[in-house]
Amino acid sequence: MPETIKQVKEKIANSSAEDVISSYLEKIRRSSINGFIYVAENALDQAKAIDSGNNGGALAGVPIAIKDNISTIGMPTTCGSKILQGYVPPYDAHVIERLKAEGAIILGKVNMDEFAMGTSTETSYYGPTLNPWDTERVPGGSSGGSAAVVAAGEAPVSLGSDTGGSVRCPAAFCGVVGLKPTYGGVSRYGLVSYANSLEQIGPLANSVEDIATLMDVIGTYDHRDSTCVNRDINYRSSLEDDVSGMKIGIPKEYFGEGIDEKVEEKVWDAIGKFEELGATYTEISLPNTKYALAAYYIIAMSEASSNLARFDGTRYGPRSEGENWHMMASKTRHECFGAEVQRRILLGTYALSAGYHDKYYLKALKVRTLVKEDFDRAFSDVDVMMAPTMPSPAFKLGEKMEDPLSLYLSDVNTVPVNLSGVPSISVPCGLADGLPVGLQIIGKHFDEAGILKAAYTFEKNTHHHMNTAGEVI
Amino acid sequence: MVYENPDGVMIGLEVHVQLNKLNSKLFCGCSTDYHNDEPNTHVCPVCMGLPGSLPVLNKKAVEYAIRIGLALNCEIIEQTQFHRKNYYYPDLPKGFQTTQYDFPIVGNGKIVIDGEDGEHVVRITRAHMEEDPGKLMHIGHIEKSKGTLIDYNRSGMALVEIVTEPDMRSPKEARRFLDKLRNILEYLDVFNGTLEGAMRVDANISIGGGDRIEIKNISSHKGAERALLYEIMRQKNLVRRGGTVVMETRHFDEARGVTISMRTKEEEHDYRYFPEPDLVPIRVSDWVEGIRETLPELPDARRKRFVSDYNVADTHAKALTSDIRVADFYESVAKEVDPVIAAAWVADILKGELNYRDLGISAFKVEDLVEIIDLVTSGKITEKSGVDVIRTILDEGGSPESIVEKKGLIKVEGDIVSQAISESLKENPEALQDFLAGKEKSLNFLVGQVMKKTRGRADARSVRELLIHEIDEKYR
Repeated sequence: MPETIKQVKEKIANSSAEDVISSYLEKIRRSSINGFIYVAENALDQAKAIDSGNNGGALAGVPIAIKDNISTIGMPTTCGSKILQGYVPPYDAHVIERLKAEGAIILGKVNMDEFAMGTSTETSYYGPTLNPWDTERVPGGSSGGSAAVVAAGEAPVSLGSDTGGSVRCPAAFCGVVGLKPTYGGVSRYGLVSYANSLEQIGPLANSVEDIATLMDVIGTYDHRDSTCVNRDINYRSSLEDDVSGMKIGIPKEYFGEGIDEKVEEKVWDAIGKFEELGATYTEISLPNTKYALAAYYIIAMSEASSNLARFDGTRYGPRSEGENWHMMASKTRHECFGAEVQRRILLGTYALSAGYHDKYYLKALKVRTLVKEDFDRAFSDVDVMMAPTMPSPAFKLGEKMEDPLSLYLSDVNTVPVNLSGVPSISVPCGLADGLPVGLQIIGKHFDEAGILKAAYTFEKNTHHHMNTAGEVI
Repeated sequence: MVYENPDGVMIGLEVHVQLNKLNSKLFCGCSTDYHNDEPNTHVCPVCMGLPGSLPVLNKKAVEYAIRIGLALNCEIIEQTQFHRKNYYYPDLPKGFQTTQYDFPIVGNGKIVIDGEDGEHVVRITRAHMEEDPGKLMHIGHIEKSKGTLIDYNRSGMALVEIVTEPDMRSPKEARRFLDKLRNILEYLDVFNGTLEGAMRVDANISIGGGDRIEIKNISSHKGAERALLYEIMRQKNLVRRGGTVVMETRHFDEARGVTISMRTKEEEHDYRYFPEPDLVPIRVSDWVEGIRETLPELPDARRKRFVSDYNVADTHAKALTSDIRVADFYESVAKEVDPVIAAAWVADILKGELNYRDLGISAFKVEDLVEIIDLVTSGKITEKSGVDVIRTILDEGGSPESIVEKKGLIKVEGDIVSQAISESLKENPEALQDFLAGKEKSLNFLVGQVMKKTRGRADARSVRELLIHEIDEKYR
């Protein structure tokens, strides 16, 4: 059974951190979903240290799974790619430093689409992760491992990263809670970049409260990320069971064509619940949504083509032989990057090339500005927005692998959020054909308080979060 | 006299200046003091480009860049931004160089140099900040090397690239520009030109309105002049044989003194510039006035001050201020002795002796020159002896005092001794005859006589030698 931080802490208090960690390690050992791609050898030692009195910190003894694109001292950080096989970072990401400082115990590194490029965790070099609700289905992506292990009870909480929906999508597909913080809310120092201007590290958990707890730990200011904003936010203080007077915007472009009817129904049920609890809603329009997906992919791929240039086999990772350095680097990249990564590098390189730069990259930046303006305008009238996180429930393994375009299309409701930088949370809002559906709650810049409050209230007044992969209520 | 520029030479320079006086690199906290250390010991995740590392801009580097801009009479942009220049090379750990593109921090200025026909203005197009790549070391010769080693100590060092308009009309003017630029940069205290790799130059040259050739990898001012002279000769020969100069990039082989074709225009890189998402644009317009106020005295101002404060000739003032170390040296000497005399000694004599030996002013001590000038002005040694002492210090070491003594350069004392010797020989003909006949002991008697006459101020051993010398010269 999936647990919350509070439940884990009670167990530690009643028995020991060692017991708690060893039972999690045992679950991981017996797992059949391929969520973990590395299990921390020293997790038990750390639990023993906690038990022997070294138990300060908000997360003392609490186990956590870390997406494999977040740098961890002494643990491999592969980004789900062959090109980083054997690479062990000599430094911790900011979020890892913070977790360790608060006593959290890292269980290991979890699977992801290679370099976070995907919506299904099928592009990982280390094999796909399976959805614990239905092992013939994908867990979503790219933080598929982060969501699946939380849903399967292999870790109570995890960290993922969200470039175009990569936390919210798997949270929705696996029936857990996932937050994409405001751009600049969490330091990216140590997060291996896919598309720097879009992505944020975000927590996944079985409750909204745990999301707030994790944000209080990881969301501290870090000068090493120049895009990190220095603000004093207490996330837990926003956990209020009260949405009376809250104005909800329903962006019409996020419903309708391409959206599964049963998903839409569950989302409308949820909106009805909010109304019942004292909130009001109005339909709004984000007219540039139709251009967002194309702009998103151009920007993300352009940045990726540059970010991934450093993987050349010279300093770390595997190396292919070549008659000179350029041949060596080229062969290494050809042999060690998967097909989707190569596709995105090529497209990004193309979009930035002389003669095409203005037509694609520059135009995409202009669309990005329009999308931002859409949000700014809409948020002058409403407090939060609500929409389906994903257009459908989890699809089958292999279903979209041959058709990248249809896979890209499934990000249609999540990418505008990354383009504009606003925060967004996905919470479970029921089942469609036995599979979880995610409700996406989008907030204003740095108004995590608003969406956490809405999500918390929803959770307190519904039972959807209690549905688990093993047991449906 | 107006310089005609008979071949229609136009030269523009791109000068990469390493801000090696900063304590840390451009985007990380690594120390810049790596020149005497093992390779790859001044590195961190950021300058090694490890996955997940992020740059943080060194504020001091931005200040230095602004300082340079102000000293070159340039405009400083209001808001500056970094871009990525994408290309693959093993010395580039991220696969791109973080540099500036369409919002360089510095634009539009000028330097006045000593041109072919007097003062000549070289316009500055722009100056921008960027990071230095690492350094490759080929095992054996570059063309048939067995392997390459990479040292990332240099990776991430702050550079300012200064780009000029094609305003120089001869290799000599290019060198003069570089000399002047280096001097200004050293006055600004942003850069130490003596460190390896501190200044690297790419030169663009066209002749008679022909295509522009870029010469890369020039590492000294002398090298720039040589590369350009070679290139002019090569292009003229090419045209004479009926060929045409086509736009290309050439590499300067310093050892052989030739330029070698690297790539033609068709092979030019497409660097796919785009804004660096990990760094935010920064407004610097508010910094400029504060930095202007703290700008140190620059060479031209110091030259004027030397004329007015020390009353030295302008030619001396110019020579003394063309290197900050020489100017500082001079001012220290001028505090102790007559400044006009000091100027002549430093500018006319010491500088010449140092240049001849390819040495810098740091090879000579202020106290030593002060002592030498004192000895000359007080009439104890001749001016010629003073020069001799400088040469001896440079070639053999030692203090002025010991050299003067060893070489017997003291005018007065030397006369007394030689007078005493010739008197003693005349007054004691028997002793002289005995010595000439082979009676060694009678020399001791003569030495004693001389010592008596000089009241012991002479050195007995040198008196002995001088006596033998005198006897050999005059009596054998």
